[in-house]
Amino acid sequence: MLELRDIAAFRGERLVFEAISFRLDAGEALVLTGANGSGKTTLLRLLAGFVPPAAGDVLWQGAEALGDLPALGRRTSFLGHQDAVKSGLTMAENLSLGAARGGDGQRAALETMALADLADLPARFLSAGQKRRLAIARLVLQRRPLWLLDEPTTALDAASVVALGVVVEQHRAAGGIVVAATHLDLPLASPRSLRLGE
Amino acid sequence: MSAFLQLLRRELRLALRHGGDTLAVLLFFVLTAALFPLAIGPEPQLLGRLGGGAIWVCALLAALLPLDRMFGADFEDGSLDQLLLSGAPAAVMALAKAVAHWMTTGLPLLLIAAPVAIMLRLPPAELAPLLLGLLPGTAALSLIGTTGAALVIGARRGGVLLPLLVLPLATPVLIFGAAAVGAVNAGLSARPDLLLLCALLALALPLCPLAAGAAARAAAAE
Repeated sequence: MLELRDIAAFRGERLVFEAISFRLDAGEALVLTGANGSGKTTLLRLLAGFVPPAAGDVLWQGAEALGDLPALGRRTSFLGHQDAVKSGLTMAENLSLGAARGGDGQRAALETMALADLADLPARFLSAGQKRRLAIARLVLQRRPLWLLDEPTTALDAASVVALGVVVEQHRAAGGIVVAATHLDLPLASPRSLRLGE
Repeated sequence: MSAFLQLLRRELRLALRHGGDTLAVLLFFVLTAALFPLAIGPEPQLLGRLGGGAIWVCALLAALLPLDRMFGADFEDGSLDQLLLSGAPAAVMALAKAVAHWMTTGLPLLLIAAPVAIMLRLPPAELAPLLLGLLPGTAALSLIGTTGAALVIGARRGGVLLPLLVLPLATPVLIFGAAAVGAVNAGLSARPDLLLLCALLALALPLCPLAAGAAARAAAAE
């Protein structure tokens, strides 16, 4: 369970949002919308422990979440603007950098995003969309309960957006929580939504 | 501990894939050292007198080369965020980067320093204090360099800023390292200087990763 109470945050000198409160139970998804600069990325980075809140509390399972950052890292998967893909390594090697698990789990994760055939291809030959799919496959492999997705559909084709929807629904079915910032509609079952900047 | 080893494995794997970087550092070290006989003349006495200090300066400069990409590459492609979420404290991540830097830069420099010293006509008796000093010295340089590299993450001209930041902090290492060689030359024991180098390493080992980790966190908060 993830709960925010009266959260406010600065970006530089500017207060981007304040008095944000919501509560997500296991299996719930929250879609953040809002104009450019309304603080979607800042809120996601705050939940990932990168940006400290100016006010308010973040609770995980009822306990203060931002105090123990290593523990927060172990339960959080973050998909940012960049894909964190190393161009010198193959797809499979890129996945094994991020996780201790290898072998079967890795293959399965690549298959969910239809990348299994490209596993041994150096990442520098990948298109932007393929790198994005690789970053999504990493989320699947990490199996952490909280997913923070910043514009996850960037550079994805229609089929991959559907695949992303399936992956996120599986994550929710397993009791995971998703917070996603997006301009495009994600193919999700009954997501909650929060509009920033109003 | 396992988190540290996993991070170290990651760094070494990436370094191995870009093996040319290590080679470039070694070639830079050898080439800059080779400039000294060209500039001051091949007279063995004079070269031997200057050799120890020259090697220390060259090693210091060579160790700076890979620092620019140490955090820079991870920051640019988003990997730094993933590293901070690896579940290990940021200081452990920074320590892994420092150890990887030493293994791919300090250790190769240490191995090639002996032939370079012979090339510079360093008296044989001074070879041992030079190498014994480089062992803790390069390790301390890796730690100090990691802190500097973390401080300039995301800076517009990080590559220029970095030497300005690291070189003053690295001067104690240079002073005691060169002094160990000089002491033997003057007929004294190199032991006090070597022990002071070890003390510097003992000081840098806990402090530098903590500072570097905090700087990396601060960069992610931007």
